[in-house]
Amino acid sequence: MSATINCDIAVVGGGLVGAAIAYGLAGRGLKPVVVDEGDVAYRASRGNFGLIWVQGKGLGFDAYARWTRLSSEIWGDFAQELQDVTGVDVAHRRPGGLEVCVDDAEYQERAEELHRLSEQTPGFEYELLDPAALRALVPGLSEALPGGAYCPHDGHANPLYLLRALHEGITRKGGRYLPEGPVSAITPDGAGFALTTRAGRLRAERVVVTAGLGSKALASEVGLDAPVYPNRGQILVTERVTPFLELPTAYLRQTAEGSLQLGDTHEDVGLDDGTTSAAMKAIAARAVKSFPFLESVRLVRAWGALRVMTPDGAPIYDASERHSGAFLATCHSGVTLAAVHAIPLAAWIAGADPPPEVRSFSAERFHVQTAA
Amino acid sequence: MFKPLPDSRSGCVTLTIDGQSLSVFEGQSVAAAVLAAGLASCRTTVVSGSPRLPYCMMGLCFDCLMEIDGVPNCQACLVEVREGMVVRRQQGRRGLQP
Repeated sequence: MSATINCDIAVVGGGLVGAAIAYGLAGRGLKPVVVDEGDVAYRASRGNFGLIWVQGKGLGFDAYARWTRLSSEIWGDFAQELQDVTGVDVAHRRPGGLEVCVDDAEYQERAEELHRLSEQTPGFEYELLDPAALRALVPGLSEALPGGAYCPHDGHANPLYLLRALHEGITRKGGRYLPEGPVSAITPDGAGFALTTRAGRLRAERVVVTAGLGSKALASEVGLDAPVYPNRGQILVTERVTPFLELPTAYLRQTAEGSLQLGDTHEDVGLDDGTTSAAMKAIAARAVKSFPFLESVRLVRAWGALRVMTPDGAPIYDASERHSGAFLATCHSGVTLAAVHAIPLAAWIAGADPPPEVRSFSAERFHVQTAA
Repeated sequence: MFKPLPDSRSGCVTLTIDGQSLSVFEGQSVAAAVLAAGLASCRTTVVSGSPRLPYCMMGLCFDCLMEIDGVPNCQACLVEVREGMVVRRQQGRRGLQP
């Protein structure tokens, strides 16, 4: 990238959020250029657990509950389209999902939470399961468990194949992927934006900041607020075993190839994306408490990754009032929300009327809370 | 294809691989014994069922997975041969009954 590149829209950050939006923009007549930091980025997208998870999300935030469910409802068609365009099967399944509770307090809390969510957001469906119903659904669960919750809206996919498919799809639909980041500055010049990258300059009529933890600094340059912070999750992966778990659970899912993924933790440790033996032990212990027959299964990998968290856990989508043409999108649910990012959110950024939920996700909501 | 270095020869132990008896050098890994014996494969892959032989020989690539003394998915390059060891090719996934 020696000479300045000109484009109609630049997407700053090629993780799952930026890639899904760029894929959607490329399907709407735009030629997005994704400027990505490349494989040295923190890349929450590569540490993701792979759930498309609806149950429990959006209590106290109806728009978030509806937005998440909408994504899960259109995910199947989205996955099919991705496969048609790119040939990549992202292993999307939507058999529903299971929250397995390991003690009575957790079960009671879950039951109350889901009841309130169903009253708040019509159309949210779930079913509480007593121990017998739980074991009928998933053979091999411990008899000592108090119960769980089934939600038909939940599913899962392979996050690595998803990122691969999106990058391939962007290129096939006329966009570009440039691993020339990080973008060190975004300078509004009245008619558009100049981006400074490691390899040179890029001029864009519009810009979308989707830089994960890097969004905080970049968004402020275009008059937007991205109060994001890192939250570490650790995940364990086992050897591949006979398929026995069709339903993803919040802490254990079996991939299409047979590996088991065990999660997770929520740790406030800054930018440390390492692993700890204490956390790995706790993760494994919880999985074995629910599924005792996993005791002999061999672990083969573990990793830590940094969630891109917002103060209320919901996404932030904003359009800059000060610098028209600048947008911000950030969240920690890059897999769950990939379908709404590629379809209604990208349509809005491309110029369509905003989807009804979108206004609720402005970072303005944090400022109101601060003032109150 | 593989020959032991002249000064690496030592005593021998006998093990079986899928029932076939093999005399191998003491101190070798199971993966080295598989290569020295010229076997066609040590496992088949999970997704496509294609045959594999040991590759990295240092515990990283997971291509040398075998069932050793009843334990499935062992990394054969990290296990030393022993007299009477019972080794089987790993056929795809590990079987697991809930």
